[in-house]
Amino acid sequence: MATSLKCLLRSGKEAAAAPAVGDANRDLAAIQVTVRDALNQALDEELERDERVFLLGEEVAQYDGAYKMGFTGIAVGAAMAGLRPICEFMTFNFSMQAIDQVINSAAKTYYMSAGQQPVPIVFRGPNGASAGVAAQHSQCFAAWYAHCPGLKVVSPWNAEDARGLLKTAIRDDNPVVFLENELMYGVPFEMSEESLSKDFTIPIGKAKIERQGAHITLVSHSRMVGHCLDAAAVLAKEGIDCEVINLRTIRPLDVECIEGSVMKTNHLVTVEGGWPQFGVGAEICARVMEGSAFNYLDAPVTRVTGVDIPMPYAKILEDNSVPQIKDIIFSVKKTLGV
Amino acid sequence: MLTNISTVLRACAQRNGAAAVVSARNYADFTSQATFEIKKSDVFKLDEAPATEVVMTRDEGLQYYRTMQTMRRMELKADQLYKQKIIRGFCHLYDGQEACAVGIEASIKPTDHLITAYRAHGYTLTRGGTVKEIMAELTGRRGGIAKGKGGSMHMYCKNFYGGNGIVGAQVPLGAGVALACKYKGSDELCVCLYGDGAANQGQIFETYNMAALWKLPVIFICENNRYGMGTSVERAAASTDYFKRGEFIPGLRVDGMDILCVREATRFAAEHCRSGKGPILMELQTYRYHGHSMSDPGVSYRTREEIQEVRSKSDPISLLKDRLLSNNMASVEELKEIDVDVRKEIEDAAQFATTDPEPPLEELCNHIFSNNPPVEVRGTNPWAKLKSKDYILD
Repeated sequence: MATSLKCLLRSGKEAAAAPAVGDANRDLAAIQVTVRDALNQALDEELERDERVFLLGEEVAQYDGAYKMGFTGIAVGAAMAGLRPICEFMTFNFSMQAIDQVINSAAKTYYMSAGQQPVPIVFRGPNGASAGVAAQHSQCFAAWYAHCPGLKVVSPWNAEDARGLLKTAIRDDNPVVFLENELMYGVPFEMSEESLSKDFTIPIGKAKIERQGAHITLVSHSRMVGHCLDAAAVLAKEGIDCEVINLRTIRPLDVECIEGSVMKTNHLVTVEGGWPQFGVGAEICARVMEGSAFNYLDAPVTRVTGVDIPMPYAKILEDNSVPQIKDIIFSVKKTLGV
Repeated sequence: MLTNISTVLRACAQRNGAAAVVSARNYADFTSQATFEIKKSDVFKLDEAPATEVVMTRDEGLQYYRTMQTMRRMELKADQLYKQKIIRGFCHLYDGQEACAVGIEASIKPTDHLITAYRAHGYTLTRGGTVKEIMAELTGRRGGIAKGKGGSMHMYCKNFYGGNGIVGAQVPLGAGVALACKYKGSDELCVCLYGDGAANQGQIFETYNMAALWKLPVIFICENNRYGMGTSVERAAASTDYFKRGEFIPGLRVDGMDILCVREATRFAAEHCRSGKGPILMELQTYRYHGHSMSDPGVSYRTREEIQEVRSKSDPISLLKDRLLSNNMASVEELKEIDVDVRKEIEDAAQFATTDPEPPLEELCNHIFSNNPPVEVRGTNPWAKLKSKDYILD
């Protein structure tokens, strides 16, 4: 009976016929992989690699159900007893019900026990705005979780991020909040052979410069990274050269990367999907002010954020509730004074 | 040991010229074990019940007595230290409920697991903590079981997961521990405790559901001490039959003031779990002498007469003591000597707990992450850049 429980909890998602991954014909230097497939493959590989890893949640294998606080607590308890659970939320909005278990049972325990009780757990699920799911299902939780010591919070953008960060998160001995994005699941990205190898990991706490630039720094995470790159492409035609940083990790924030870039470009715009107040951009502003890059700024930092309202349903309203590419372009020009 | 007692007592008798002559007792004089008739537990969805005729050996009896007395004295000392403001913040005392912790431990193995809420000092002791490190944790010193970083509600040791401050949160955690036991294919189980106050919480019912569905080896135990903070069970619950609240989970209602009842019921429950039948629920009817915590005098919602009545008629230590004495399993002197021993242990522990230094400031930023390179931690101002120490595989 123990074996069947184990099987139940370790049946990874049916990885959709992943094109050519793991096959002999991996001659292609780059392969197109969707974020969803990248995640599933990473999950399957990590399940195979370590017996203690298992899945628990609302959308797992054959399991349907929404016993949020209960299963989150169960996952945390299992982690305390030596397993390595991956706790899935259908969306992070549901994690609000279970947030006590994430913060008080998972995040704080290693500290409260003075190092006796580690909690190696990953909490994953889609975060932030989706499409037409309205106010209760569209909140971004990056700021909420990143506020808390004892947690690591990551926010992948593309397939490579998803794969590498998920593997690192699963192998990390600490609670990791893994913020995915529903609208990104189906988006394909080129993945190098190196990034497809079984032990490909991306370190938590290190941002990536997706596009080098000289005039202004754009810092973003998750889906908005794509928007920043699109904006940068448009701005390039007007002679404005943007450096785009993909945070990859929200907590701990790679302040060094941001500062290094600002010291080069002298201008900073943060872009996020979440609400403005007390958010990721707000934190970046504070950190830049406190550090060495402040004196290099030629203008105050600009934050591009979601509109400070509960998410509306109607498409036109929803579209105007989150940053669009034109908002980023506008903000860049304002910051540069052009 | 008995020869010493007799020498001492003879000497006393001579000094006092006491009329009562205390004579030496030999080992052989004591009954090595006796059979006891205990109260039958109420059952729910069970065809059998825990045994009502049980055997206790002299050694067991003395050990239970010593542990319960240690627990009692430790809690009373904590009361004292709290009133002297040497212990701060939360302090939820367990005196009156000793039979629960000691009775449970008597029927589980050290390799089993246990988790409880915040009234946890007693369980920290039975699960392997020492009085010294428990008291030093209460006083927030470096010698504390959590190095002074946890406090009253956050004590941990092997196979003991605290000490949990959020009411009810420990219940899903306990089921998770049980899940890990089953997953690993061991015969270990998890004892998962909560109080009558927590018993109405939603997450507990979520947990019952999943534990039953997956047949997790968890013994849910409701320590019903009749009051959730200041609210009596009658005012709090639509149904006070806590042992039935698991609905599809079999239940037992047990006299939590009688250590033999608790022990026997736990034995029954453990067997149920280990035989793969899934979870079981035990309600222990018990009582706390103190208020909810040290901030609660405990007499605004119950009468002093009620407290006194429980003390005089149902005190778990007295019940055990009477059993030992009336069955010739121990002598008054022997038990008194244990009391003296215990008092000394508590005094020594209190001495340590009040003189051990507080944790060094360097500890402030340690233990944020496990197995992690040093982390930079922001201090109270931008120039206070603190750092955690490098911990390799702790």
